[in-house]
Amino acid sequence: MLHVSDLSVAIGTRSDFTDIVSSVSFEIGRGEILGLVGESGCGKSMTSLALMGLMAEGGPWIRSGRVVLDGFNVIDMPPYRRVESGHGGIAMIFQEPMSSLNPVLKIGEQIEEALAVHEGLAGAGRTRKARELLEMVRIPDAALQLGAYPHQLSGGMRQRVMIAIALACRPKVLIADEPTTALDVTVQAQILSLLRELCDTLGLSILFITHDLGVVAQLVDRVAVMYAGRIVETAPVLQLFEHRGHPYTEALLSCLPDPARPLRRLTTIAGQAARPGAILRGCAFAPRCPKIAEICTIEAVPYAQLSSDHHALCRFPLARPPS
Amino acid sequence: MWSYALHRTAAAAATLAAASVIIFFFIHFIPGDPLYVLLGDSATPDQVDALRSKFGLDQPIVVQYLRWLANVARGDFGTSIFFQVPVLRVIRDGAETSILLASITMIWITLIGVPIGVIAAMRHGSWLDQGLSGVAMLLASVPTFWVGLYLILVFAAWLGWLPSSGYPSIFEQGGLANLRYLLLPSLTLAAPNAALILRLTRASMLDVAREDYVRTARAKGIRPARVVFRHILRNALLAVVSAFGFTFAALISEAVVTETVFALPGIGQLVVQSILRRDYPVIQGIILVTVVLYLSVNLLVDLSYRFLDPRVELR
Amino acid sequence: MSGALRSFLAPFLGRPIAFLGLIVLVGLATAAIFAPMLAPYDPSRLEPVARLIPPSAAHWFGTDQFGRDTFSRVIYGSRLALLIGVGVVSFALVTGVPAGVLSALFPRFGRVVMRMIDVLMSFPALLLALGLIVIIGQGVTNAILAIGVVYLTTTSRITYGLTLRLRTETYVEAANSMGAGAVWTIRKHILPNLISPLLVQASFVFAFAQLSAASLDFLGLGAPPEIPSWGNMLAESRIFITRAPWLLFFPGLSIAITAFSLNLVGDVLRDRLDPRFREMLNGNRR
Repeated sequence: MLHVSDLSVAIGTRSDFTDIVSSVSFEIGRGEILGLVGESGCGKSMTSLALMGLMAEGGPWIRSGRVVLDGFNVIDMPPYRRVESGHGGIAMIFQEPMSSLNPVLKIGEQIEEALAVHEGLAGAGRTRKARELLEMVRIPDAALQLGAYPHQLSGGMRQRVMIAIALACRPKVLIADEPTTALDVTVQAQILSLLRELCDTLGLSILFITHDLGVVAQLVDRVAVMYAGRIVETAPVLQLFEHRGHPYTEALLSCLPDPARPLRRLTTIAGQAARPGAILRGCAFAPRCPKIAEICTIEAVPYAQLSSDHHALCRFPLARPPS
Repeated sequence: MWSYALHRTAAAAATLAAASVIIFFFIHFIPGDPLYVLLGDSATPDQVDALRSKFGLDQPIVVQYLRWLANVARGDFGTSIFFQVPVLRVIRDGAETSILLASITMIWITLIGVPIGVIAAMRHGSWLDQGLSGVAMLLASVPTFWVGLYLILVFAAWLGWLPSSGYPSIFEQGGLANLRYLLLPSLTLAAPNAALILRLTRASMLDVAREDYVRTARAKGIRPARVVFRHILRNALLAVVSAFGFTFAALISEAVVTETVFALPGIGQLVVQSILRRDYPVIQGIILVTVVLYLSVNLLVDLSYRFLDPRVELR
Repeated sequence: MSGALRSFLAPFLGRPIAFLGLIVLVGLATAAIFAPMLAPYDPSRLEPVARLIPPSAAHWFGTDQFGRDTFSRVIYGSRLALLIGVGVVSFALVTGVPAGVLSALFPRFGRVVMRMIDVLMSFPALLLALGLIVIIGQGVTNAILAIGVVYLTTTSRITYGLTLRLRTETYVEAANSMGAGAVWTIRKHILPNLISPLLVQASFVFAFAQLSAASLDFLGLGAPPEIPSWGNMLAESRIFITRAPWLLFFPGLSIAITAFSLNLVGDVLRDRLDPRFREMLNGNRR
């Protein structure tokens, strides 16, 4: 469904640049949920913006790569161009539902705007479809809420509206950039279950971006772990938790407190997260890696294939591939 | 919604009441016996007596104020010393010119300031944007009467295209063509204010363009032009509308000078001449009228805000 | 001292035009202070033979209808411009800042004062100044007072808003909880943080004061005609506008350049401010 290969986003000029997203590749199949996990600043949001074609003028730019949706490469095309060429199948929801909705327009109008672009309905038909979308995202009193303004809704409701708007764009792929980070835990659970349901019923593929491993465990089918602008490990979710390959993944998972073994101090990862582009040679995680060897800081790191759908960007992966 | 309107109107009325007290005392602050201030030095004893009993100048000051207020409510602003006719009539004579001038100027300001501000914002960082911003700042710094005098020099004296002074009414001979007498004055008056509105529109658009909901709109696949107008401009205008209140005040102030430069028979020129002629009742009347006008405009802007921005509620 | 100077100059170094503005202002001050040495002629010297001469070698800016040298008069005019600017800004700051700060720190007192300021602000700027001049009379000092009153309203409003914001800063609350008194809070926390925004405000007020004073002079209600002021010069040049356009050009240009430079400097300084404060400094009036 969605194939991303060798995506790189850089800052600076064409001749003097620094990659903040480096050679990112992954795939999402039909009806599959891929989790993109990493610390703040690792480049996951930038990746999602690049996938959407929302790179702003004057900021970071796409240096290379392909984003193939259903066989068509839509790299570096802003959404309206994609729609024009008939390939507008990626939609996105953002982290801050409060500020992501236009405060002076009614909810119904904002949904209908998306419908007008993607479906070409008119008048009453459009309004009816907007109401159906609100019902699909489980907003009570849908007909009434069409006339509401964003500031009249709660955070959870606003995020559902965002999802409804995204659905109005008839997406094949939905990018969810930390959609629950700004919400209460209880609301978070509701949104997650909604997303799962949509995925099952509509066959929607979802790229779920988060820094919360707990959410990953609940929702996704596969995981891609990101560090310093690179994907360092990709695996199905169970395999990741049980047979983690990359030392960074290991470190992340060991930070999760285990209720069965109470600790006096929480485990942390030594050192500071590398800014993308700060490490030029060798492995980006090397300064913090407990298994570091000299070669790790000199040569580029190869991909280690740990199983058919599990690989890690490490010279000395933790889980040995079954030989 | 209506409680908001009521609350705001009450606040404006209270301010007006306080201002009216100051305006009432205006006459008393002027050096000299208030009676002679109002009547002029050549008043006859009969006139003095009549005025004294009319204003109840032997009564406590509060009563005097209330009497004055009652008179004002009836439209009696006193008598002009110079013209010897009711002040309100003198003001009314000058009103047509000033109102037309102000209206035409507001049209220029909106038609020039807003669109160019939008263009500058959309071409942010380009030479066009920097040039426009620079010109705008220049115009906002230039004394209006200097611009006016130069316009007279170029368009009236050298080119002879437009008249340099005066204004025959459009209700008299010449009809609407007489509006050309207001062309140069209105452009003069509009220039610095259009520049300010231009800069404000531009800044507001740039601020709004950074907002998250603009990114959402783009993500929906909406065409850039529509994003600009329906999402960015619509929200940016909120800041611009609120500026119209004190743009109006600036207009009133500068109209005084502009009318003098172009010898327009309006209220601005009337005020200056009345000061030079010591025609205090007229000065007082004009100040009162302008304050009422200014507070009304501000109130209208405030109330319109409620329509434009759904987030506005009575706190 | 040089550290403060350097940090003041820092934002100007990347912007040549703004730096130029700063230079112009320094030039203005220099011209004002050293006027007697810089002006080639006595500004009041009448020379009936040399009336209405266009700009020439002997008279760089030409002469007026009395034969007075325009260049010298423009130089001397800078004195009045500087005087007006400094006078108005000082008055506005000395009255407006205490009013604003105290109103923010003592709410009950503040409500009354701010209401009074609101009432004053319901009078359009020039009319307020004119009204005051009618009462107190004309002249340079009176003009400074009248214009000063107009700008004390905006200054006090701005200071009020700024102080309110500062008051809710955590470190002020922390200080209060440690028993710091009002005076201490003002000295240590409020005033130092007000300096930058007030500097911006001062630049804009200085600019507006120039334009207001020039308007008053032009109407004949400001400085008396003997004093060489740019506004007076423009008023006098009106009747000779076609015969001697240079009389119109140079004084007007001086006002424009001064106001423009001040606005430019104010803009640059404002951009350096904390974004929360930036918005508050937009509410000035002409």
